[in-house]
Amino acid sequence: MALDPKEAALALHRFGCGPRAGSIMAIASDPRGALVAELERPNAGQIVDANLPSSAAANRAVFEYNAARAANTKREQRRREAAAKVAQNSGGESMTEAKPDTAPPTVAQPEAVPLPRQLFRNEAKARFDAAINAEIGLVERLVWFWSNHFCVNANATVMAGGYEREAIRPHVLGRFADMLLAAEGHPAMLLYLDNAQSIGPDSVAGINRDKGLNENLAREILELHTVGVRTVYSQADVTNFAKVLTGWTILPTATNPDHGGEFAFLGRAHEPGVETVIGNAYSEGGVEQGRAVLADLARHPATAKHVATKLARHFIADDPPTSLVDRLARRFLDTDGDLKAVVATLIAAPESWEPEQAKIKRPNEWIVAALRATGEPGETPRMIQAGNLLGEPLWRPPAPKGFSDDDAAWLDGLGQRLEIANAFAHREGIGHEPAAVMETAIGPLASAETQRTIARAESRPQALTMVLMTPEFLRR
Amino acid sequence: MPSNIPAPTRRQLLLGSGALFAWAFVPGRARAENRDPRLLTVVLRGALDGLAVVAPVGDPDWLKLRGDNGLTSDGQTPALPLDGFFALNPVMPNLQRLYHAGQATIVHAVATPYRERSHFDGQDVLESGQAKPGAVDTGWLNRALAVLGPGGRADPGGRQAFAVGPIAPLVVRGPAPVLAWVPPRLPPVGDETTMRLLDLYNHTDPVLARALEERIGLAAIARASGMDGDPDMDRPAVQIGGIEQVRKYFADAAGAAAKFLARADGPRVGALALDGWDTHVNEGIIKGRLANLLGALDGAVAEIETNMGDAWRETVVVFITEFGRTARINGNDGTDHGTATVAILAGGALKGGRVLADWPGLKDADLYEHRDLRATTDLRAVLKGLLKDHLRVDDQDLGTGVFPDSLTVSPTPGLLA
Repeated sequence: MALDPKEAALALHRFGCGPRAGSIMAIASDPRGALVAELERPNAGQIVDANLPSSAAANRAVFEYNAARAANTKREQRRREAAAKVAQNSGGESMTEAKPDTAPPTVAQPEAVPLPRQLFRNEAKARFDAAINAEIGLVERLVWFWSNHFCVNANATVMAGGYEREAIRPHVLGRFADMLLAAEGHPAMLLYLDNAQSIGPDSVAGINRDKGLNENLAREILELHTVGVRTVYSQADVTNFAKVLTGWTILPTATNPDHGGEFAFLGRAHEPGVETVIGNAYSEGGVEQGRAVLADLARHPATAKHVATKLARHFIADDPPTSLVDRLARRFLDTDGDLKAVVATLIAAPESWEPEQAKIKRPNEWIVAALRATGEPGETPRMIQAGNLLGEPLWRPPAPKGFSDDDAAWLDGLGQRLEIANAFAHREGIGHEPAAVMETAIGPLASAETQRTIARAESRPQALTMVLMTPEFLRR
Repeated sequence: MPSNIPAPTRRQLLLGSGALFAWAFVPGRARAENRDPRLLTVVLRGALDGLAVVAPVGDPDWLKLRGDNGLTSDGQTPALPLDGFFALNPVMPNLQRLYHAGQATIVHAVATPYRERSHFDGQDVLESGQAKPGAVDTGWLNRALAVLGPGGRADPGGRQAFAVGPIAPLVVRGPAPVLAWVPPRLPPVGDETTMRLLDLYNHTDPVLARALEERIGLAAIARASGMDGDPDMDRPAVQIGGIEQVRKYFADAAGAAAKFLARADGPRVGALALDGWDTHVNEGIIKGRLANLLGALDGAVAEIETNMGDAWRETVVVFITEFGRTARINGNDGTDHGTATVAILAGGALKGGRVLADWPGLKDADLYEHRDLRATTDLRAVLKGLLKDHLRVDDQDLGTGVFPDSLTVSPTPGLLA
């Protein structure tokens, strides 16, 4: 088979996490086949790491940690107050006795990384490592895509990293319906979009406590996760769906040291009765009622179109060709939302292989690509910080809609990317031959102008900075 | 610059090229003579236009060559006189003061043995001390240290003294253990880098070009309205297009190096690199980009002198660059890669106040390949002279291990007081 390094490079940038040393040539005989083969790997997309706690366990650990800290603070305060009292009562005569108590510790212990941050870092490292070490990285890109589609926010819950491993990864090459159910029923989502507190007004709990509905999750499922905004649903559908979802909550952490933070269906808070959502009546069935609505939403044609559009926009172009979106949507419907099949269709589509690199890499894609191109292992805190600076803080999207897939959103950060590329080149750059990094990263794609610019750089750090800032590397 | 510099630690081995890389021993033979010499090597990457630093204003062909783009003894911003024939760029008053105090020496029409014009190869030759580019992984400064017997260990802060940075500049890489300190401030994005990218984008990607242009515009506005400082410590303190940032960075990096070298228990030999000298377009020799950079360099010289304190009288700082630039100005008011340039020596240990040059002349026939200032002094001779008289590296080592195959290149005598 003839080699096609150019298409191989495109495959790695557009659908993967960027080339590593030798990876362009490694797949040059059949770039599309290599992408499909990655989908067929056993356990593709899964992170097996015994050191990462389940999201519920993390939730419990952080709860205990915070409680212990609060108690420590209070204990310290009491001790100081008592010591002050002693000093006061003794009229200042026994200063020597009071001193040991009031004097601040002389040696400040360097404070350990707080547990919530450490847990976040561990999750972030696992995620970055998976992308850095992937052969091509298509499956990781899909994980990132779906994690952003069904986003939660780490400011709202310590479970964001665990959520991705538990709700997104297992289904990234499976069925959309399963991912939808796993995401909406995950404690992280129920907390983030307030459903954990939503109570059916006519439920036992609602009547007793005079509490009511919270529509947030129901609305975002319709607007963002399935059929899409301004499509087939009305406000009544939102309200009814919210009623259906009442009772989907999490076990309290404070009183349940074994299972706190896990999903629970609380019948007592569930709105009783039949509900109609987008023209279908759903009989009362407790948690099954919500599952039935989600199952129908998952196979709705509007959902197929919404998902197909987003996929094509993410991977191919801000305004993707209609023909491509149609093809993806059809495949989605024909296969009952088989996400692997949909991705295979995306890879096979001629529209996916325009030589022009139409999209700008999202910040974290760019950061990971830089590490892959240079072979640097990457330092997790630095990577997290770079993502923050570039406007794509990990697991902290600005809104439930997730991070934008429009190029315009990321162009503003270009100057910041230059600063980070410059810092990276000066910190890690020496020891990397810029010409070799260029060859690894964008070899067959590099324009004559780009090659000339890099060859004429005044220093290696400058050359490396510019390699990371070439259009061929910034884009995909 | 904090007065109390933390000792280098492993963690600080996040090396930038402006970091100080130092040897933790006092040179033994010098110590035996009851001397305590300091040597700081500053690599100026990008090929410094030597004729823009020190101009031969007494050469009748000078004006013809550079015209309005060259330094002159008269006019609005006259060059600072050195010895009647040569004059210094007016943005460098500190260097001029040191020169007249006998504490600075200029070596002109000097070059490494490298005669091609690739930055990377040129830098490899400059830093490796080899006669040719090629597979090199050690630098001349490190190999010089390796042959010197340590006269006592200088161990800043009592920490692990020998942290070898795999990504230290080539000049200090090698068998002798080297410790590293990194300034908190990373080198800023140079104007030159930004302009090159903008040029690339203009040719290949108008969308990116517009975005970068806007960014440059914003940065300029932010500077003009004093919105420079960012209190966030972790943020890379870099900003596009800000000479103030460059000035601070040069002063911080060089100043910190001096503080380390000055300490009684500090290192004695160090190196750092300052980038940004590749001026193909709008060079701005008297006013503009290069003038700004040279001003920043002059500030760094002053910072070193100040921070050295009493140790200044036992100090030599040597500024070297991979090659010079074309003698004539090119079509873009810049200069292209050339051959000979200057080496700048500063420090209280020098017998300064001299421009050392076997002046080749500037007539067309005098120029190397009819375009560059001809090299009449081998930079290795100057460096060997310093290593010999300052650190007491012997001739044989200098001619073989330190600068291989250079026994015929005699160390320049009499550089030191």
